[in-house]
Amino acid sequence: MTGPLLKGFSDTVADSGGAFRAILRAMSRPGSVEPLPVPDEQPSGMSPAAAAVLLAMADHSTPIWLEDGPHNTDIAEYVRFHCGAGLTPDPDKAVFAFLGTTASYFDGSVFSPGTPDYPDRSTTVIIDVDGFNGEEVTLSGPGIDGARQLAVFGTPDAFWPGMIENSRRFPLGIDIILAAGDAVAAIPRSTQIEVT
Amino acid sequence: MSAFARSACEQLTSLIHTVDADSTFDVVRPAEHGSVMVRGRAGGTGQLFNVGEMTVTRCTVRSHAGAVGHGYVAGRNSEHAEAAARLDAVFQELDPDRAEPLVIELERAIAERSRAQQQKSAPTRVDFFTMARGENE
Repeated sequence: MTGPLLKGFSDTVADSGGAFRAILRAMSRPGSVEPLPVPDEQPSGMSPAAAAVLLAMADHSTPIWLEDGPHNTDIAEYVRFHCGAGLTPDPDKAVFAFLGTTASYFDGSVFSPGTPDYPDRSTTVIIDVDGFNGEEVTLSGPGIDGARQLAVFGTPDAFWPGMIENSRRFPLGIDIILAAGDAVAAIPRSTQIEVT
Repeated sequence: MSAFARSACEQLTSLIHTVDADSTFDVVRPAEHGSVMVRGRAGGTGQLFNVGEMTVTRCTVRSHAGAVGHGYVAGRNSEHAEAAARLDAVFQELDPDRAEPLVIELERAIAERSRAQQQKSAPTRVDFFTMARGENE
C-alpha cells in the first residue's frame, strides 16, 4: 500500500446507479459522450470517469487487468478496497481492463473476445484519453441513426486500426469505454469505424 | 478492533471525546449494512456447518495524518460502526502507554456486561435428563 486510502462515491447507491445508467446510454448510443457521477477521489493515473465505471461495474466476480499489473499499487488498492475485485495478470481472463493515458500502445487481440457460444464473456476495456475533441472518426452501426462523429484526443498508438480489426470479429470482440474527465463514450464491437 | 466492536456504542462516543475532541476524519467508506455467514462446529470439533447469517455493519475512515481505521460491528448500528472505525484510526496514532489502559477499561466493561447477562440467564437454565438410556449403552 502506498498512498492513503481514497474515497469512492459519496452516495454509493445513487451515484453507482447514475453511473450505470450513463454507461448504458453510452453503450447503446456508440460515440455519444455521456457525463456520469464521479467519485470524491480517484487514484493518480486514472480519470474520475474511469474510476466511476469501475466503482459502478466491478465486483468480486470480475477480474480486472491493469496495464502495469499489481505494480500500480494506487489503482490496485483502490479497486480492491472499493470494488472487492481481484486483479489478474492475464488480459485474456479479465472482465474489465484499464489503460491509462500513459499507455503507449493498444493491442486489442490480447483481451478475451468471448466465445462463439458466449460472446458476452469478453473483456470490456476502459481507456483513459485526453479529451473528447481533436481527431474525428465516423461511427455507424446499431444505435446510430446514419452516422455519428466522435472526436477523441490522445488515444494510444494503433488504437483505430486495432478497433477496425476488432469490429471485423463480430459477434466476438471487445467493447471499449473511452473516459476523460467526468464523461465516457463507448465503442462496442458492433460499431463500424471510418477514420478520415 | 474487537474491543471497540463489542463495546456499547455510548461508551465509544464518550471515549472519542476523551482521546480526540476536535480531530476530523474523512469517511472513506460510509457505514453500510451487510450479512456474513457464521460457521461453526458442533461441540467445537464436528463437521463445519453454516450456523446462519448475521447482520454486520462496517465503516472505514481516514484521519488527516493518513491512518486508516476500520470498524466492523454486529447489528445495524451505523453510529457504532463509525465510532469503532474512528477509534481504530485514533488508537493507531496514540501513545501505547495511554492507549492500553483505555482498552483494558473497555474490555472490563465488556466482561462485566457479559457476566451480568450470564447471571440473568443462568437461573432459567433447564437441564434435560434422560430417564431411560438407549440400548446402545
